Amino acid sequence: MTLLTLKDFGVTRRKREVLRDVNMTVDQGELIGIIGANGAGKTTLMRAAMGLIDSTGHSSLAGLPPHARGRAVAWMPQSREIAWPVDVETLVRLGRTPHIAAGQRPQAEDFAAVERALLRMDLGALRGRTATRLSGGEQARVLIARALAQETPLLMADEPIAGLDPAHQIATMRSFADLASEGHSVIVSLHDLGLAARHCTRLIVIDKGGLAADGPPQEVLSAARVRETFGISAYFKTTAEGPIFQPLEVVA
Amino acid sequence: MMRLMLILTVLVGALFVAALAAGPANIGLFESLGALVGGDAGPLTLVMREIRLPRALLALMIGGGLGLAGAAMQGYLRNPLADPGLIGVSSSAALGAVLAIQTGLSASFAFGLPLAALVGAVIGVVLVLVLAGPRGSSLTLILAGIAISALAGALTSLVLNLSPNPFAANEIVFWMMGSLADRSMTHVWIALPLILLGAVMLITLARGLDALTLGEDAAEAMGIGLRRMRLTLIFGTAAVVGASTAVAGAIGFVGLVVPHLLRPFVGAQPGRLLWASALGGAGMLLAADIVVRVVLPARDLKLGVVTALIGAPLFLHLIYRTRREGL
Repeated sequence: MTLLTLKDFGVTRRKREVLRDVNMTVDQGELIGIIGANGAGKTTLMRAAMGLIDSTGHSSLAGLPPHARGRAVAWMPQSREIAWPVDVETLVRLGRTPHIAAGQRPQAEDFAAVERALLRMDLGALRGRTATRLSGGEQARVLIARALAQETPLLMADEPIAGLDPAHQIATMRSFADLASEGHSVIVSLHDLGLAARHCTRLIVIDKGGLAADGPPQEVLSAARVRETFGISAYFKTTAEGPIFQPLEVVA
Repeated sequence: MMRLMLILTVLVGALFVAALAAGPANIGLFESLGALVGGDAGPLTLVMREIRLPRALLALMIGGGLGLAGAAMQGYLRNPLADPGLIGVSSSAALGAVLAIQTGLSASFAFGLPLAALVGAVIGVVLVLVLAGPRGSSLTLILAGIAISALAGALTSLVLNLSPNPFAANEIVFWMMGSLADRSMTHVWIALPLILLGAVMLITLARGLDALTLGEDAAEAMGIGLRRMRLTLIFGTAAVVGASTAVAGAIGFVGLVVPHLLRPFVGAQPGRLLWASALGGAGMLLAADIVVRVVLPARDLKLGVVTALIGAPLFLHLIYRTRREGL
């Protein structure tokens, strides 16, 4: 089943064309990494695909009524906002908002979804803590759990692993991979190409206002592509312990 | 949660009865309540039904409305220092009332003052909407509100400045302090529909305000219509604050302090805070209006002065706590 279709998709902001001619589909079971330099348009692509900002062309999600979209895709923005000192469990339960009608109380199914999300993000011990008093990395995990609790077919997360310790970076990417193996799909933007190479099933490179490459990591992270898009040289080898990608030097 | 609701409801109920029993005419509690409910054509029934009942009802409605509007405004702006007066409606309603006093409209026609204040509130809310737009960040709403408040405040000062009539100027100054003295049931009927309408609108925001804890982008992606929320918030707050100012003058600090005090008791959830603040606001204003009558019964102490005297130290405490927690 196709979870997202973008056709001749483009975004123009303040008279500047940020993205154009984007064509892609997302099927079930994919863990897609969106990579690109700062300001390339990774966040813009995800927000526009969901209809949070205006776009041209066709996006299968942007056309949905807000309520239906909330059940089709979960979104974790880059800005890790927690406005009020609520406890972790309450914050994660906010992810159930699209599933709970106005005036209705959370049902057993909603509590179960919150439990699954807390478990996946290893937050059992923190569930009663005040979210605003946690460390930045812990807050990021809580917010990922919030998006997971939405239990949508598609999850989009904007730099979800930035600021996490190595163990939780790997664990989070593994959680996303598990979701993908269960038939969901996950789209994450990230800057750590090593993690992207190891865990993603597919990478999308955004450069010069469009999709510069789209395919499995081995194809996308070619020496030429990495030099062209990021201006770096890198070591990339598929070993017995999985693919290893290590950026080396900045090239002119 | 249920316990907090119960405690607040009992508190408001008790304060309402106390407000009915408080007054210069020293009458026993049961005697006065009996006269209110049973009633004959005697003076006691008249005092209870025409003087004390409207006063207590107005304190209940206005306090509840201001508490609710304050909680909604703080939730929407995600700022514990926000106040329902922020969108400029109270200042523009006050300007309308001041003009009614100055031109003599309030003297020639009994309800000229509240109606002129309502007209002022409507003009204020239209200007805020034009300035801030139905879309856009919360910052533009704050800026538009500040601009309208400043303009209305300047025009109010201008009226006072140029007032040829010292009695009118005196009346304006006293009116602006806010009071519930000598209000009739007609005042209740003017304010009640608007405050009820505004309260119903604001209560529907609970879900959206909870979702906004995660920021505007995340809330919108979860299916919360931010545009509609913004309009509901502006119109709901304008209805509550405009109607309150029209019948009682400017009563500050209730909408600011009550949500702050109750936030820890609802686990900081903005949706739950709406109900709690409505009850808490009603309690605070009923208590303040009792204080007004008990402390200096002969001197016509103004209600807005008392709420400010109670509210300002609490506000200082809020600042102190905010600084300590580094929020």
